[in-house]
Amino acid sequence: MKNILFIFRKQLKDSLKNKAILIQFIMHPLIAAVMTLSVHIENMPENFFVYLFSPMYITMAPIVSMSSIIAEEKEKNTLRVLLMSNVKSYEYFIGIGGYIFLICMLGAAVFCVLGKFAGIEILYFMGIMAVGILTSIVIGGTIGTASKNQILNTSITMPVMLVLSFVPMLSQFNDVINNAGRVLYSQQIFNLINHTSTLDFKCESIIIIVVNILISAILFAVLYRKSKFA
Amino acid sequence: MKVIETFNISKQYRNTTVLDKINLEAGKGEIVGVLGPSGAGKTTLINILTGQIRADSGDAYILETSCVNLDCKIYSKIGIMMDSFGLYERLSVYENLKFYSQIFRISSNRIEYVLNKTGLYGARKTLVQNLSKGMKARLNLARAFLKEAELLFLDEPTSGLDPQTAQHIHGLIEEEKQKGTTVFLTTHNMHEAEKLCDNIALLCDGKIVEYGNPQKICSKYNYMNVIDITLKNGEKISLPNSPKSSDKIKQLVESESIKSIHSSEPNLENVFLLLTGKVLKQ
Repeated sequence: MKNILFIFRKQLKDSLKNKAILIQFIMHPLIAAVMTLSVHIENMPENFFVYLFSPMYITMAPIVSMSSIIAEEKEKNTLRVLLMSNVKSYEYFIGIGGYIFLICMLGAAVFCVLGKFAGIEILYFMGIMAVGILTSIVIGGTIGTASKNQILNTSITMPVMLVLSFVPMLSQFNDVINNAGRVLYSQQIFNLINHTSTLDFKCESIIIIVVNILISAILFAVLYRKSKFA
Repeated sequence: MKVIETFNISKQYRNTTVLDKINLEAGKGEIVGVLGPSGAGKTTLINILTGQIRADSGDAYILETSCVNLDCKIYSKIGIMMDSFGLYERLSVYENLKFYSQIFRISSNRIEYVLNKTGLYGARKTLVQNLSKGMKARLNLARAFLKEAELLFLDEPTSGLDPQTAQHIHGLIEEEKQKGTTVFLTTHNMHEAEKLCDNIALLCDGKIVEYGNPQKICSKYNYMNVIDITLKNGEKISLPNSPKSSDKIKQLVESESIKSIHSSEPNLENVFLLLTGKVLKQ
């Protein structure tokens, strides 16, 4: 448990000096805030920018940050040193993942404030954001584990991130994309978030998200067993 | 008690044999060196001994534990300085050591001690990304020295460093030996090996071509066994290294005509060249 805390603190110090990671956490909440406060179009749906940017945030920030932190640690051999220094793999994963989860939940709180949610709406919105962030962290961890260096990591992360974040948005305009995208957790998160004000959620969404988490976790376990973060 | 023991370790990458039936051992408080040119298999050997990779055949033990079963308990007793630094570039020197002292469960007082010993105290607030290669090597070593390890693995500890820094690091390694720490070091620097090691293995193309005490190895290959004398007038003479030459040497000493006098004993570089036909340099 102590090691998790030490890794968490180390990562916090490190990320404050790492602009590439820092920007991932700030970008979407900031853009959503600027757009919400400055853009007012007639007949624009309520909380349009919050519902648009929050699903993008949870599919981009955790995946990019988790995968790039692991890939950088592998490339610079710091992860190898750590694993030979009284740190277990799961402690490292929870330390880094826990840090990203907390920072992303702060970002989710910003969306919550922008959406002016109240009472049960806050719980509903934050709960869905938490599930989405956790799923993305596992996916980010899987990509980081599969990548031997940062260049390879970027080339895997980019297409995965673009598909997961843009399919939900594009599915609003195209039925084919909508049908294909239903199997993605990001599409289901998008649908659930868009029903925050009505608190309406379908069991199908939950099942699809759980299946996505399971597939990601299995993939991570297989890749980890193969490479052991090496 | 043997701190390091290997029995016929072999390792292949694709079809290339990197290590071929390596047998080594080191007792408590000994410095064992592996001397060889780049690509000889030195780092692979360290990686096997520290459990980072597995040998294809043979057995290796450190601290009486098989190297394929090393756990946190064993890792807490060993210090490792790898060829790649593995430091957090965006953290300062102190923050790096502080983080590892927390992981090793070591008091912060030890950080000050190690910083002073490695000459890094003045640079403790400097970010690692702003350090020179020599300073990074010192920090890498400082991290290995942070815990009072029973066994230290040092992979080319002075590679690419200036002579002054290298000498400072040699002093630190000798201090650790005095404390009873066993040191396993790899190097391609014969002076370093001769100066520090109780025993060395000359490694070439994955094979140990000679193993033993450096002085004994050099004596073993002293085939010429002569004494070379340079006189003040520039004349050079070679005399057999035997009692027969004592009168002549005495005469030269008394006449104060000797400029320099050397035995013909080869150094490790010569022995390596003799045995492998290769030079030690990178």
